[in-house]
Amino acid sequence: MAFPKRILAASAVIASVSLLGSACTGASKGSANDDPNDEVTITFWHGWSAPSEVKAIQQNIDAFEAAQPNIHVKVVGNITDDKINQALRAGGPNAPDVVSSFTTDNVGQFCSSNVFTDLSPFLEKSGIDPETTFPKPLLDYTQFEGDRCTLPLLSDAYGLYYNKDAFAAAGIDGPPKTLSEFEKDAVKLTKSNGDSYSQLGFMPNYHGYETTTTHYVAQWGPTYFDADGKSTVATDPAFADMLTWQKHMVETLGGYDKLEKYRTTFGDEWGAKNPFQTGQVAMAIDGEWRAGFIDDANVDFEYGVAPFPVPDDQADTYGKGYLSGTIIGIASTSDKQNAAWELVKYLTTDTDAVVSFANAIHNIPSTNAALESPDLDTNDAVKAFIGIAQNPDSNTTPASINGGAYQLTLQDLGYAVESGKQTDLQSSLEAAAQQIDTDIAQAK
Amino acid sequence: MSTATISPARRRRGRNLARNVAFLSPWLVGTGLFFGYPLAATVYFSFTRYDGFTAPTPNGLDNWRYVFQDYPFFWPALANTVWLVVAMVTLRVIFGLSLGMLVTKVKTGAGLLRTVFYIPYLAPPVAATMAFAFLLNPGTGPVNTVLGRLGLPEPGWFNDPSWSKPALTLLALWGIGDLMVIFMAALLDVPTSQYEAAELDGAGAWARFRYITLPNISPIVLFAVVTGVIQTMQYYTQPLIAGKVASGVVGGSGQQFEPGYPEKSTLTLPQLVYNLGFQRFDTGSACVIALVLFALSMLFTALLMRRGSALLGEV
Repeated sequence: MAFPKRILAASAVIASVSLLGSACTGASKGSANDDPNDEVTITFWHGWSAPSEVKAIQQNIDAFEAAQPNIHVKVVGNITDDKINQALRAGGPNAPDVVSSFTTDNVGQFCSSNVFTDLSPFLEKSGIDPETTFPKPLLDYTQFEGDRCTLPLLSDAYGLYYNKDAFAAAGIDGPPKTLSEFEKDAVKLTKSNGDSYSQLGFMPNYHGYETTTTHYVAQWGPTYFDADGKSTVATDPAFADMLTWQKHMVETLGGYDKLEKYRTTFGDEWGAKNPFQTGQVAMAIDGEWRAGFIDDANVDFEYGVAPFPVPDDQADTYGKGYLSGTIIGIASTSDKQNAAWELVKYLTTDTDAVVSFANAIHNIPSTNAALESPDLDTNDAVKAFIGIAQNPDSNTTPASINGGAYQLTLQDLGYAVESGKQTDLQSSLEAAAQQIDTDIAQAK
Repeated sequence: MSTATISPARRRRGRNLARNVAFLSPWLVGTGLFFGYPLAATVYFSFTRYDGFTAPTPNGLDNWRYVFQDYPFFWPALANTVWLVVAMVTLRVIFGLSLGMLVTKVKTGAGLLRTVFYIPYLAPPVAATMAFAFLLNPGTGPVNTVLGRLGLPEPGWFNDPSWSKPALTLLALWGIGDLMVIFMAALLDVPTSQYEAAELDGAGAWARFRYITLPNISPIVLFAVVTGVIQTMQYYTQPLIAGKVASGVVGGSGQQFEPGYPEKSTLTLPQLVYNLGFQRFDTGSACVIALVLFALSMLFTALLMRRGSALLGEV
């Protein structure tokens, strides 16, 4: 009987060691006791990879180092979110002090798990009032439940791109402002060709690249969660109205199957064969970066940019749109948080830094002062997006503890509605709300 | 004061044990570090709330309940995985064996045929899947163009939930080179004297295959099936890339990547491990999926090991 006892004891030891090892996971904590006037080197991770973008961020870093000669910055580019998460888990001397990410959806997790340090004490110490410094939607997606663990570093705005030549050929004077005008224009611009199209006014299907549920519903001014953090997709009429409108557009422009078949002829969203650039669609919802792609593609038509139309009963809010952007924060594992804050403060609030970076990479500035700056490179397209960014009714998708899971649930419902697989809208919205609440409860 | 004495026999046993453990230590360390510890940690995490950043806290059966009752992707992914295990593994074994027989039988051009059938296996999975997604594009792909000109139905392939898994199976059959080589080696090892004797006894082609070839290569068939099942359980890259390319949605803020496009038909269990663990920061539930995968793999393997030889009729 001695042998089984040994086995049992060995198993217990192995299990205990395993559990102990497991319990020892989690990042170590840094501190904000460093003197920012000391000679120090901090590490900054970012995701930009295109040569022009890398050059632009390096120019900003050079300017920062010139202004703060005691703080040296080691810049590491082309960093993905998976690498960021891994480094934030591990900590250690090679982990970054300052991190930027394109994914605003992860802010909820970054804040709630304290992997990014709370920036409120730093803002207060520097006398920066976030409410007056940054546009409200940008403040929304950089905090979670009152914990401001990130700040916006440039932003993206979504608007309507329209083909001016196609508009002129169809006898349309200018961009539509309401959804009823938009529908009429989309129909006028659509040229059917058997079971396909020679030109489609607008691709309403949710897989039409940026035609997502969240980008659409921004035009209705939605609230995703109530004060208790419960989903409002079943109670806020914005969602039902948006889903109904989109389904109506799908039917009006030829039906789901015909549109889906046409969609499969589209080229890559980020390539030269983007359907707006090839003329396959005459109107598209897209971000400010599309203008650069269109210019690079040397398209043979004139294009314009305007805010995406709004529901007829909200015509007075025309000018709004969906906003998103890049976020930046300080790793709580950093032992140089005061020095790291100097860099974050410079990149996010110094007007010259924000303007020069926005000009260089064709993004929208993320501070109110930079949006008003005379140094901002402006053409008609940029002006339109700046207007959207400044519009008080523009909005965003709020941070959630489980990333973008709630958006995916809403999007799944959209797919079911547009294809006709789901016809009972209210009960399906209630089911979606319940699913969102269940997912969030599981993540807490 | 008394002193304990250790008998020579006991001392010898102790030395033997130490020597045995020393010889076994590379295996013990490797298995303990890279199998035992991760497995124990996975079991432990499955009973905790663990976001990957902060220390895990026990939450009982919450993760298991969530995965089986509330997580909308689990059952479709499980059904897809079972579909792929049954259809893809079966067809790959049949096709691989058929090709192996073909390339061992042909007299001229055997080298060329072997090369032609093997080369696709060397293609990186991402590149191969993207190429298939373009070839099978319902709107612009050459496959449907040809089918259309022949007056045949034009499937939606990766854009149609009823055709997406068959399209993935086609992709798997295209990269059959690994199995073809394994079966070829096994077939060349079957003693020709047995075929000659069978022919003298009047056995036809089917009888020779059923009573000589199959029993001789049954261990290899079993190997192909078991490894095929385990590989299919871990099927991740191809369905993910096919879904991404066909949906056209890259993902980003306000543009959520849809796992399993179209309509969850290409969702597999490993994709859920990534979705839960790295996109939703729910490592505990991701570990539940990993354990389900582990249990299923063990179950399939045990079943095949126990029943496979009997079905194939080993010599």
